[in-house]
Amino acid sequence: MPPLLFWIFALLMLVFGAAVVINRNPVASALSLVVSFLGLAALFMSLDAYFVGIIQVLVYAGAIMVLFLFIIMLLDLRAEKLRKINWLASAGGLLVALALLMQIFYVVGNLHAAQEKFPPLVGSTTDDVRNIGLLLFDNYNAPFQIVGILVLVATVGVVLLSKREVR
Amino acid sequence: MVTLGHYLIVSGMLFTIGFAGVMLRRNLIIILMSLELMLNAANLSLVAFSRFHLQPNGLPSYNAQVFVFFIITVAAAEVAVGLAIIVALFRIRQTTHVEDITSLKF
Repeated sequence: MPPLLFWIFALLMLVFGAAVVINRNPVASALSLVVSFLGLAALFMSLDAYFVGIIQVLVYAGAIMVLFLFIIMLLDLRAEKLRKINWLASAGGLLVALALLMQIFYVVGNLHAAQEKFPPLVGSTTDDVRNIGLLLFDNYNAPFQIVGILVLVATVGVVLLSKREVR
Repeated sequence: MVTLGHYLIVSGMLFTIGFAGVMLRRNLIIILMSLELMLNAANLSLVAFSRFHLQPNGLPSYNAQVFVFFIITVAAAEVAVGLAIIVALFRIRQTTHVEDITSLKF
């Protein structure tokens, strides 16, 4: 992938990711999240992970975002009114986040492999759906079935929570 | 030249944005969105390592991509349950603002 495209998509992802946090209107936040995830899917494809990139667009930009927008519509949330901001708590949160970022920079800076470029691929990854599927049903069969049960339990739980009276 | 470090730094920055969102925002739905950002940052570094660490036959190590698949599935289930809890909470309290929900506050 040309470096220019990497920077464009990385910048797109980070700017709209920040817009999610900064926007006061929940609808604007949700739509920024869609753009951020599309940039992330492009980065996945730049790493030759086409299956993961497509799943990202389908599941996140498709399904999860519709869920978010539907709930925002259902609750009729407006842009938040400006409340009194607790400056001490905000500064503390920002400080912790910056400390985390500094630590990530430090660890990646000291990582030897981080300076190396990606080794060239020998084959083509256009059939990675087949490879991932084989691995999923072969090596990771038990976790796959457990995830299936998890999704079932989540479905039952959501239906139970959405009933009018929770007993 | 784009190296592994570039992807890791971008992933770390996205994680920090999500973390700051959880720390700074007071709207439950925005907090849930920031959690999604953090999960996706982890996915990005997993896929970058998968591309970096090739198998002996010259293809990416697909174990990490299977892991990303699981993370996406669990995140989808998590969002569904989280939003259902927010709706149930909104019915009782008419708010999604965390400072209005203080029943368990010591």
